[in-house]
Amino acid sequence: MIEISNINKWFGSFHVLKNCSTQVAKGEVVVICGPSGSGKSTLIKCVNGLEPFQEGTITVNDISVGGKGTDLSKLRAHIGMVFQNFELFPHMTAMQNICLGQTKVLGRSTTEAQDRANALLQRVGLGELGYKYPAELSGGQQQRVAIARALAMDPIAMLFDEPTSALDPEMINEVLDVMQELARSGMTMMVVTHEMGFARRVADRVIFMDQGEIVEDATKDDFFTRSRSERAQLFLSKILQH
Amino acid sequence: MRYNWNWGILFQDPYFEWLITGIEWTLIVSSLAWILAFSLGSLVGVMRTLPQRLPRAIGAAYVELFRNVPLLVQMFIWFYVMPELVPDDLGRWIKRDMPYPEATSAILCLGTYTASRVAEQVRAGIESIPRGQRMAGLAMGLRTWQVYRYLLIPVGYRIIVPPMTSEFLTIFKNSSLALTIGVGEVLMQARQIENYTFQGFEAFTAATIIYVAVTLVVVAVMARVEVKTRIPGYGVRKGR
Ligand SMILES: Nc1ncnc2c1ncn2[C@@H]1O[C@H](COP(=O)(O)OP(=O)(O)OP(=O)(O)O)[C@@H](O)[C@H]1O
Ligand SMILES: [Mg+2]
Repeated sequence: MIEISNINKWFGSFHVLKNCSTQVAKGEVVVICGPSGSGKSTLIKCVNGLEPFQEGTITVNDISVGGKGTDLSKLRAHIGMVFQNFELFPHMTAMQNICLGQTKVLGRSTTEAQDRANALLQRVGLGELGYKYPAELSGGQQQRVAIARALAMDPIAMLFDEPTSALDPEMINEVLDVMQELARSGMTMMVVTHEMGFARRVADRVIFMDQGEIVEDATKDDFFTRSRSERAQLFLSKILQH
Repeated sequence: MRYNWNWGILFQDPYFEWLITGIEWTLIVSSLAWILAFSLGSLVGVMRTLPQRLPRAIGAAYVELFRNVPLLVQMFIWFYVMPELVPDDLGRWIKRDMPYPEATSAILCLGTYTASRVAEQVRAGIESIPRGQRMAGLAMGLRTWQVYRYLLIPVGYRIIVPPMTSEFLTIFKNSSLALTIGVGEVLMQARQIENYTFQGFEAFTAATIIYVAVTLVVVAVMARVEVKTRIPGYGVRKGR
């Protein structure tokens, strides 16, 4: 479903992504981890074209992301994305946040969009809170609204960029639970996270990045038991101490 | 010094009428100029925040040009030089047939000048919105114009209500410069009353009071606008 081959990207003279290749099959859950600055966010932002890249190809459902004739907006409408800082729109209620894309991009009627939004708010455990503005919700609630907003577009895949790292510890699980349920339902997911417990429970594969390279790309079991590079071991020993 | 105070003169014929005419012209010139400044300034300000290089450069050039030439010089250019620079037919029309040539020049001058200041406010407002908001909009499939229409403009303009209020008040006060090209606004009328009656203190006091009164009204109205458009809970940082 998502094919990334030989991606190279530079910010000016800084080589952020070095020859990265991987693929994500339909229904697969891939966790991406690695030290700060290793290029994880940049990599998943390349998948929906939020970051342009200079070399290589990425295709989603056989549509080339960097291709000249590609209508990026149309492609993005079907790839959900969840950000570290939630990025809910502050001047809209939770309900309006979830309806915006549905009405303005997919062309659904307001009632249709609201019905869908209500069902999704229910699904992420926020049934009664649609009328609230983002600033009136806790971080965990905001992130669940953001997930509902992405799901409202009926995405074929979901990208998560450190969805829990801006959250207070007691709110992390309510978000991970929603993501786990989503994975179980068969959603294709790329998740940048340092939550190794989540990776153990939910991931099919784990990718480890360092300094712009994909150092490790293994099944979950292999990653946590065998065949890992020194760099990955060092990283794991650091974050598993907590 | 002996000065014969006579406040009653302000309410006598025809001076009272002059003052009213002055208020009318001041309000007409400043509100039409504001409409121009607001629309053009919004356009230029948005251009300066677009991802493409060309519109950014055009926007920047506009702002530098209009912001850095003294307003009084621009007033003279619009009124005396402009008709000579444009194509002959247009120039002739401006000189002979254009209605209210003084007021029209003043409106164009104040509008295009203030547009450069409005543009800077609009740009600052939009740039103060975290980059992630634009990304989130694009990520759900909105096109760039939709990101502006539904996200950046509604939030950015709320942020700049206070500086925009003071830009409006500036245009209002700057409209007094229009007297230099002969627009019969408040200050011009006050001066004329002085010429006819030698009651300069009264006349200029009246002008001052008129400026202050309008300013207070505008400030009060805009304070209401600010409250009405406030985003619930926004700006009140919680926790982290
Ligand atoms: N717009 C940009 N311009 C220049 N350099 C950038 C830009 N965005 C990111 N970088 C740099 O690219 C590198 C990779 O950034 P990226 O955000 O992808 O890292 P990351 O792995 O997601 O790190 P983190 O865990 O801190 O989120 C970093 O060194 C960062 O400073
Ligand atoms: Mg990151």
